[in-house]
Amino acid sequence: MWQLIIESVIALLLVIGGLAALTGAVGMLRFNDFYMRMHGPAMSSTVGIGAVILASIGFFWFHTGTFSAQELILMVLLMVTTPISAHLLTMSAMHMKLPRQSNTQGGPFEINEQIDQD
Amino acid sequence: MKRFIKWLITHPFISSLVFVMWMLMNTLSVGNTIMALIVALLIPKLIDGFWVPQPQLHKPWKLVMFLIHVIYDIVESNIKVAKNTWLPKHAPRPAFIFYPLAMQESFPITLLTSTLSLSPGTLSAHLRPHDNTLLIHALDVEDPDQLVNFIYERYERPLKEIFGC
Repeated sequence: MWQLIIESVIALLLVIGGLAALTGAVGMLRFNDFYMRMHGPAMSSTVGIGAVILASIGFFWFHTGTFSAQELILMVLLMVTTPISAHLLTMSAMHMKLPRQSNTQGGPFEINEQIDQD
Repeated sequence: MKRFIKWLITHPFISSLVFVMWMLMNTLSVGNTIMALIVALLIPKLIDGFWVPQPQLHKPWKLVMFLIHVIYDIVESNIKVAKNTWLPKHAPRPAFIFYPLAMQESFPITLLTSTLSLSPGTLSAHLRPHDNTLLIHALDVEDPDQLVNFIYERYERPLKEIFGC
């Protein structure tokens, strides 16, 4: 009975992680400009990775009885490093004056003079 | 003796952090413990020349509450962005927003921008030191002022309290 409950929780976590990663990838495809596309990977690197790592910790804890703290370190390190690369990518996109979607509200002076994309 | 210990352990917090990390990444044995001690004492010594003093934690308990809030918000905004991605009815309304920062210290600002970038839907795009504002790109926003208010109440005020700045 317990085995069934724990394994279904692990399976649910894996499905959630997979769906989040898929949604991030579809977002990259569907959004129109670079700045919007940056929001997709944020999803796969937070909930996607987080759910898969939780499932992995749970699985090995349940089956082998060892709690693997390494995977928690992995999650923490990812959470520290992803925002920095996202920030740098967005900054360089602005300096290259990449076009944005035309209904974007507000305009920083860095990219104001360019022609908006439809 | 006291002076020797002070010379040996320049940054107690970093030393303990490196020690715990090293022990978690390897199996427990005498050799690994000695290696962890050496690394934990050596690394803070090497980075000492580059070290910029950071504001101290004033209310560590609030940091735990802040982390819980951040995790909750990440999950919530994931659901929002998933809706924007899959449902044609929820087409995103992107916006660039200027956020006036109320603090000066670099470490709390880094925490704030990282939190914003980590939660899908908001992305820190540019930090302007000359007028102390942060440029944020938001995926789906109705009222920019409301988002600015939300960020201040939810993230920046707790951070100011935690670091006492």
